[in-house]
Amino acid sequence: MTGDNKGNGPFIEIQDVSKYFGDFAAVDSVSLAIQKGELFSILGGSGCGKTTLLRMLAGFETPTKGRIFIDGVDVTEQPPYERPVNMMFQSYAIFPHMTVEKNVAYGLEKDRVARDEITRRVDDILKLVQLETFAKRKPDQLSGGQRQRVALARALVKRPKVLLLDEPLAALDKKLREHTQFELMSIQDKLGITFVVVTHDQEEAMILSSRIAVMDRGRFMQVGTPKEVYEYPTSRFVADFIGTINMFEGTIVDIDGERVRINCEETASDLSALSEDPPKRGSTVCVAVRPEKIFISQNEPENTEDIRLSGVVEDLGYFGNLSLYRIRLPGGKIVQVSAQNRRRSAERFLEWNDEVFISWRPRSSVILVD
Amino acid sequence: MSTVTALRSDKLWQQFAVAIPYLWLLIFFLAPFAIILKISLADPIIAQPPFTPFVDDDGGISATADNYKFLLTDKLYAVTYLKSVFMAAVATLFCLALGFPMAYGIARAGESTRNLLLLLIILPFWISFLLRVYAWMGLLNNYGVINNVLMWLQLIDKPIGFMYTDFAIYIGLVYSYLPFMVLPLYATLERMDLDLVEAAQDLGAHPSQAFWDVTWPLARPGVIAGCLLVFIPAMGEYVIPYLLGGPESLLIGRVLFDEFFVNRDWPLASAVAIVLLLLLVVPIVFLQRSQARDAEGAA
Repeated sequence: MTGDNKGNGPFIEIQDVSKYFGDFAAVDSVSLAIQKGELFSILGGSGCGKTTLLRMLAGFETPTKGRIFIDGVDVTEQPPYERPVNMMFQSYAIFPHMTVEKNVAYGLEKDRVARDEITRRVDDILKLVQLETFAKRKPDQLSGGQRQRVALARALVKRPKVLLLDEPLAALDKKLREHTQFELMSIQDKLGITFVVVTHDQEEAMILSSRIAVMDRGRFMQVGTPKEVYEYPTSRFVADFIGTINMFEGTIVDIDGERVRINCEETASDLSALSEDPPKRGSTVCVAVRPEKIFISQNEPENTEDIRLSGVVEDLGYFGNLSLYRIRLPGGKIVQVSAQNRRRSAERFLEWNDEVFISWRPRSSVILVD
Repeated sequence: MSTVTALRSDKLWQQFAVAIPYLWLLIFFLAPFAIILKISLADPIIAQPPFTPFVDDDGGISATADNYKFLLTDKLYAVTYLKSVFMAAVATLFCLALGFPMAYGIARAGESTRNLLLLLIILPFWISFLLRVYAWMGLLNNYGVINNVLMWLQLIDKPIGFMYTDFAIYIGLVYSYLPFMVLPLYATLERMDLDLVEAAQDLGAHPSQAFWDVTWPLARPGVIAGCLLVFIPAMGEYVIPYLLGGPESLLIGRVLFDEFFVNRDWPLASAVAIVLLLLLVVPIVFLQRSQARDAEGAA
């Protein structure tokens, strides 16, 4: 297994890894393959095991079970200071007693890189993160965004095979986050280093990543591209965790090829949905549809193929570019709908207690079993 | 209007609060210091008090540097000062070597163990200092616990003379002052971000390198505070060398005591005290400078 799969095989391979703290399984039989150059996100709530998994990649924790390979080399037992991996800590962990320059040079000094090469590489990386004028500053003279970039530069300067990022943007304010997200992506693109990001922020994961692993209670719930995970969630947990979604509980009453008819008490009428591999007739399922996939109108929609329901506007929120509506169905179920405010007062705006119709295409929803 | 008065009274309170420590220093440190300084410039006489007055009968000022000259000419004093500095320094180093791992261990222990360990560090203070030093006499003397155990184990066939040696003084100093080293070290180590050590290791530092590159420099304020808290009292220590040390282990605290109470030469004793103070002020100023420099570099 050593070195024979360079180039083609997965760059990081996690094989059936578990980590127990006492009886508690923080990470529970997780397997994963990450390709070279990917920007991979591990997404989950607090306590889901994502940080433990990252710490096992960095070498701060040893798996109770399973192996970890990086670039074909088994690193499971390697201490952190021998791994070709660097980490950007959530707290940034910048050495407060060293200047920016010294912080960045630290890793190279530990590798006994020649003096003049250290100077050159530190200069280069500080230029890349636009901190060249701050080289002589001490960390407490920097803003949050600047500290974040020092941490990034320090982790990148050693040209690790893998860069691990623990909640890289969590400590930044909203404006700076958006800017930094794109900066991170462009740096990753420029250097071609494989990034593994741990985050609890689904938006961050969606924008940054080439692929996302959604984690819950120590296990991967779904691994896929942001689009796959958002549009085709495979479980209620994933559907609910990423973005907002409306779920209708029901029983499958009819299957006609791809077309599945679900009897749903909450909507008073049957719902139809499409599934390539539908569950058996009679099984209890959940039809899930995102708020932006639902159309809202005051006139009854004409397309009879669509699912059509009527209700009353219970609540609405105006966000400028879009509006969010909470529609109450006759049975009491609340459906969330979002609509782009494309035209200005062309139509009369919907108001509280307006009677409305909502509709969506069968193709827009997914059937969830778990 | 009312806000103005409120502000003014706030300010008054602030000044009052700041004034208290200054007042304290003035009454309990500067004033006695001035008195001692005055006595050190007098001649001893057999009278009550046993020194010549600063202002003589004719209204002139009578001051002499004889006592200081005597301190310089008699080699005994120089040797005693040096020996005191040396012993205090060695005791401080031992306290640091023992105290650092202790403080580190306490700072990294779980919350409940941590409180218990801290309690254990502070617990000896509930017993009188003098009693604790006496207890060491019981442990160290020729028929004491240590010698008896060693003889019972047949490791030695006659008692080792621990008592009345420099070794016994070191035991006493390190034992008595260790908590003063551990507590400030614990305070700095406990606040330290563990991510920093992990970051150093992540960047390629072996755990021992990470310690010297990160933990040690960041623990420096605690190290300095602990060393001062041990060195200063150890330097002037009287009880420990008196009870545990031999007649030849003459330390400056002992000399000071003897000059005052045995020879009743108050002016010379005062001069000894003033020089001792100066010897202590030098390292304090030096360390404070270096700390101020650190703070400046960080700011």
